[in-house]
Amino acid sequence: MKLKFIEAKIAKLLMILSTMIVFGCVASIICVIAAKGIPALSWEMISELPGDGFYIGKEGGFLNAIVGSIYIVGASTILGLAFSIPVVFYMNVYLRKGSRFAFYARLAYDVLLGVPSIIYGAFGFTIMIYFGLRTSLLGGIIVITLLIIPILIRSMDEVARQMPRDILDASFSLGATRLETIGVVMRQIAPGIATATLLSIGRAIGDAAAVLFTAGYSDSIPTSLSQPAATLPLAVFFQLTSPIEEVQNRAYAAALVLTIIILILSIVGRIITTHFSKNKIQ
Amino acid sequence: MTKTPISLESLKNSLFPTEEGGTTEKGNQEGFAPDRKFDTDVEKSSLNVENLNVYINDNHILKDVNLTIPNKKITCIIGPSGCGKSTLLKTLNRLIDTNDGVKVKGKVMVDGENIWDKKVEETHIRRKMGLLSQRPCVLPMSIFDNITYGCRINGITGKKKLTAIVEHYLKAAGLWDEVKDRLNSSAARLSIGQQQRLCLARGLAVEPQYILADEATSALDPVSSKIIEELFLQLKENYSIVLVTHTLRQALRIADYVVFMYMGEIIEEGTAEQVFKNPKKELTRNYLSGVFS
Repeated sequence: MKLKFIEAKIAKLLMILSTMIVFGCVASIICVIAAKGIPALSWEMISELPGDGFYIGKEGGFLNAIVGSIYIVGASTILGLAFSIPVVFYMNVYLRKGSRFAFYARLAYDVLLGVPSIIYGAFGFTIMIYFGLRTSLLGGIIVITLLIIPILIRSMDEVARQMPRDILDASFSLGATRLETIGVVMRQIAPGIATATLLSIGRAIGDAAAVLFTAGYSDSIPTSLSQPAATLPLAVFFQLTSPIEEVQNRAYAAALVLTIIILILSIVGRIITTHFSKNKIQ
Repeated sequence: MTKTPISLESLKNSLFPTEEGGTTEKGNQEGFAPDRKFDTDVEKSSLNVENLNVYINDNHILKDVNLTIPNKKITCIIGPSGCGKSTLLKTLNRLIDTNDGVKVKGKVMVDGENIWDKKVEETHIRRKMGLLSQRPCVLPMSIFDNITYGCRINGITGKKKLTAIVEHYLKAAGLWDEVKDRLNSSAARLSIGQQQRLCLARGLAVEPQYILADEATSALDPVSSKIIEELFLQLKENYSIVLVTHTLRQALRIADYVVFMYMGEIIEEGTAEQVFKNPKKELTRNYLSGVFS
């Protein structure tokens, strides 16, 4: 057999191998979570607040963390989109081709993207101390918003940059203003916006470090923005550090709930993306 | 009227609404003429370029260009690649303004108004100068929305009016019979030749005075190219067309007036017959005879 065919076979084998390794890792994580979480998961877990002795293995559930996570993720996603969509349009529709400002702005967002979430948490904490605020739902929402804005901007921006510039020219040459052209761009990058939103939700819902100092933790569901809020990642963290095995298993139940939420969001995201892609110019 | 989508008879009927069998019949019954919604007056339009100099990132791209585009004629701008043909075309509708590092000196007078004057609002200039780009670029929306987009941003609303406009201009571009049953499907699914005709229909729908075509047939197959060329020949009775091409044979087939450019300068201009048969300049002769291209 010729050398190049052997090379091709080896290359293909290596690719299959790495695909299998990655898939295997993900599958094993899910298996462990499911194996330990399913026995501990019950209706009580997801529908009740923690009881008095919840953290030593007595009755109660982690509804507080589920609701807290949904509050924080929902609000910060809306806020994040409200700030990042205009940035993406400004960089791609208003700034001219080859703009220096856009170059530096992208660099800045790349740096922000690499900043660990604990730094965002610490930053938020410092600001909160400065203003004399305590850990609260609002603090968590703001820090998570800051955390996901770079993800939203960079992933939407990548899609917007791949858009053929001809679309802008076509719209301009019909007499459209830049603001009117945004409507056209929106249709083109809608699938990208959906994907970016999904990515950032995944990041926001799973982050523990950023909410540790800012949203805090509470056994009740917050009724105002100034009250502390529990989150699923912290519920996992606190229960996993317990010496009691039953409590540890509840951490896996919480992790399973977290995984299921992300799975549902991914499926919904895929459906939305496909729906928006039908008019997209390739 | 024949059913053939590209029959000249059907094109003629659709382009001259006053004739019997014209497509505006429906529109007229409703008191709305889809081709007379803006105050466009092609008869009085004029386009002069005076001492135009364009610099991109300090490169002198267009050098002292002076040009008068004849009304209701096809003007072909020919010349080798990189001679500034496309830049000139994009200067005529200020589209070049969307690039960074562009400096324009001189005047482009459209209907007596210098479009490069700071006070001029570029959107209304661009509506007057319909642009057909090299690669057809449909908008990411349905066929119907593609045609009506320009009208909607220019203030035309109402389903009935928009429907009349869509029918009129799709017929004008010879595309109606091919797409009339799927107006709501994505424009991106059309073939490339159909997309270019859709772009033409979309451009015509905002009633430009000029059609600027930037090598509009170079990305198309020979059949689609021929259709577009035939459309141009029909359209010149109502519009002034400026066509950038580096296919000499195309210029020979359809040009009334020819401008030869080389290294950012206009070397020679004149009627097609004059330039092709008796070129005055050596450079033009060499280009036409294929010494360089």
